[in-house]
Amino acid sequence: MAEQLQRHTFVVYVEDKPGVLNRVASLFRRRGFNIESLAVGHTETPGASRMTIVVLTDAGGARRLEANLYKLVNVLRVQDVTEVPAIFRELAMIKVATTRETRTDVMQLVDVFRARAVDVAPESVVIETTGTEDKIDGLLEVLRPYGLLEVVRTGRVAMVRGPRGVVVDPADLPARGPRGAAAPEDPEVSHSV
Amino acid sequence: MASMRTGAQIIWEALVREGVTTVFGYPGGAILPAYDALLDYPIRHVLVRHEQGATHMADGYARASGQVGVAVATSGPGATNMVTGIATAMLDSSPIVCITGQVGSRVIGTDAFQETDVTGVTLPITKHNYLVSHVDDVAPTIHEALYIARSGRPGQVLIDITKDAQQASTELQWDPGDVKLPGYRPDLRASDTEYSRAADLINGSKRPLILAGHGVLLSGAMAQVRELAERANIPVAMTLLGIGGFPALHPLNLGMMGMHGEAWVNQAIQEADLLLALGMRFDDRVTGNTKTYAPNARKVHIDIDPSEFNKNVKVDVALAGDLASVLDDLAPRVTAGDRKGWLDAIRDMKGEVAVRDIQNLPDSGHLYAAHVINDIWRLTGGKAVIVTDVGQHQMWEAQYYHHDEPRSLITSGGLGTMGFALPAAIGAKLARPDAEVWVVAGDGGFQMTMAELATIAQEKIKINVAIINNGYLGMVRQWQEFFYERRYAATPLLSPDFAKLAECFGLTGLRIDRRQDVVPGVEKARAAEGSVVIDFRVEQEDTVYPMVPAGADLHKMIRRPSSAPIVETADDE
Ligand SMILES: Cc1cc2nc3c(=O)[nH]c(=O)nc-3n(C[C@H](O)[C@H](O)[C@H](O)COP(=O)(O)OP(=O)(O)OC[C@H]3O[C@@H](n4cnc5c(N)ncnc54)[C@H](O)[C@@H]3O)c2cc1C
Ligand SMILES: Cc1ncc(C[n+]2csc(CCOP(=O)(O)OP(=O)(O)O)c2C)c(N)n1
Ligand SMILES: [Mg+2]
Repeated sequence: MAEQLQRHTFVVYVEDKPGVLNRVASLFRRRGFNIESLAVGHTETPGASRMTIVVLTDAGGARRLEANLYKLVNVLRVQDVTEVPAIFRELAMIKVATTRETRTDVMQLVDVFRARAVDVAPESVVIETTGTEDKIDGLLEVLRPYGLLEVVRTGRVAMVRGPRGVVVDPADLPARGPRGAAAPEDPEVSHSV
Repeated sequence: MASMRTGAQIIWEALVREGVTTVFGYPGGAILPAYDALLDYPIRHVLVRHEQGATHMADGYARASGQVGVAVATSGPGATNMVTGIATAMLDSSPIVCITGQVGSRVIGTDAFQETDVTGVTLPITKHNYLVSHVDDVAPTIHEALYIARSGRPGQVLIDITKDAQQASTELQWDPGDVKLPGYRPDLRASDTEYSRAADLINGSKRPLILAGHGVLLSGAMAQVRELAERANIPVAMTLLGIGGFPALHPLNLGMMGMHGEAWVNQAIQEADLLLALGMRFDDRVTGNTKTYAPNARKVHIDIDPSEFNKNVKVDVALAGDLASVLDDLAPRVTAGDRKGWLDAIRDMKGEVAVRDIQNLPDSGHLYAAHVINDIWRLTGGKAVIVTDVGQHQMWEAQYYHHDEPRSLITSGGLGTMGFALPAAIGAKLARPDAEVWVVAGDGGFQMTMAELATIAQEKIKINVAIINNGYLGMVRQWQEFFYERRYAATPLLSPDFAKLAECFGLTGLRIDRRQDVVPGVEKARAAEGSVVIDFRVEQEDTVYPMVPAGADLHKMIRRPSSAPIVETADDE
């Protein structure tokens, strides 16, 4: 009867308010789910942030998680996009050790993987790449022999294909915004969650 | 400028406008502005002796009345003392709002005096919480908090209000209208197909059983449950928290299910072909081993919280929504049936083990808790509100006090919090001043919060307290008896003289150790004007039967040994 474990990707819209990330993360921990990756940022709707959360669980677990997320007052919309046609992407920056001899080889690999070199120094190259986790894993594997100095990955973000998406109606958002000390000062930086 | 108010004033003004008449609390530095303003508002403030008591009182108030209970405390230790009470309310879906003072917003994060991150601490044990650091947010937050607490699955909301937000002034703008919370959908509705599937399963079932839970009371669906049961002749079993949702003396009532439920109830569950779970969450004390639970039954689950579906037990049909309204919609699709074969079969299961009529047993010279509770039931005509603590006495209460009325048993089920009874009873009494309220507590749990006797004295409340004094942490001793070779580690318990203790608090104390004195003692307590504490010295090593060991199959109960005089048998002399 044991159901199969699978990576589930949830797109979660939350109100842009202090502490919301904490509430979501706390829920996963409390209910015994491990977050594999979580990415968060602003959206097309002011006042709403969007999280993409990847969790390893079975179908029943995924359904319960969705129902539990909806119980959080600040959660606006939840969709498990695992089974729907969707685009999954992750961004990585990879700092690779290079020498005069190896730099050309590394640059060729960058080309083959349609990545970009964004910083070139005498002893290193920083490569930026976007793609599925598999593609990034592949690039990392071929670069590893040269020496991976530093790797950072954003975690998965997802978008459903076609005109309809996982969106929230701005009219749904409450009029009362965050106040006082919590109000974000720099519009570029999300202090929301 | 006429309507300028401080945040402190707005707290009370908002509560008054929300219909709150009573709060339970304890002052301190960070909540002092609010306390100063309290004197000008028509709210009864009950000064507790420990903030845990305040939360249990708010909880008891809510359980007795269905209204949201409100507790107030200061920052730091005041707020952390509330944690047990909030978690208790949460596991039993009891609606409470806690208001705590917080240090000034400018010093938050500096480890200021009595600063604790209370919204952080209570995050996993509240339905929602708020840190309010601006005076303009006080009124709308209180409005929102009460709405969230009472709507949907009832919950706990904590509002942490900084001292400067209490001190600052603003023009009070009270909008009593609907709360706008786009992410909050307490009013779910099941689809038509789900109704049809549920009705088909019910109409096609030969051996159906209703499992009535706390949701019956929370929804106020007693009439609907009864109508469904009677129309289709479906027997009803109750969870501990569902007790009172269906009349105990109704012929279709089976009694409590689960760990200490009657054997025939659990047997019926195991033999049923359909379980209709109404506002209950298949707690592990209800199911035992879920792998062998009700193996022959299809399951229909009605609950207001969809996260409960398929959590512990896989169900065939799940209907989300408020129970009363779901049953209103479902009832017309359910056909009448006599189900005589099934009812007869259950009567047969019952016949062999029906030992609950203990009144006519001869006096063996022993005083058993069961007799005490059964006598309280008879003398109060089953009409009292009984508030129990946690342990053996709690289970005996469930077995020997027969509740016909909703909200007449108040008990901590999910968290099993010792120390709950006395403060919760104070809350219940303030919610329903005309009700006869009894505490049934163990000698252990009573000592956890007995300081609240002073609250009873100060507030001049009439409550009767029955301490089932067995000299042990009895329920734990019972587990040691069964599962740890009778090695009674840390369960024998020395207690003060409870009768004398009551006198110290200015109340009346009695001690009873013979069965013939129970009835006069209970009568005396009922007739007394003030509160009476009765110390019932009962059989020390008595055992709650039957018992499904934790995680065991529901039908494999430890049954009352016929030889042992656990509860008096006719030949026990
Ligand atoms: C020592 C001890 C022994 C115990 N032994 C037993 C035992 O033998 N048998 C037993 O049953 N329990 C026992 N318990 C209690 C047990 O632990 C659980 O607390 C209890 O079974 C829960 O009952 P419930 O599911 O009905 O209530 P709750 O846990 O309160 O759940 C209520 C359910 O109703 C839903 N609901 C709320 N409002 C509505 C609404 N308006 N409409 C629809 N649904 C709604 C909620 O979402 C929730 O799912 C024991 C506890 C202790 C401390
Ligand atoms: C706060 C708390 N601590 C510990 C427990 C574990 N526990 C459950 S029942 C029980 C014994 C209760 O003893 P008493 O109050 O004398 O009641 P009795 O079982 O003897 O009727 C204990 C210690 C608990 N439920 N709550
Ligand atoms: Mg005891």
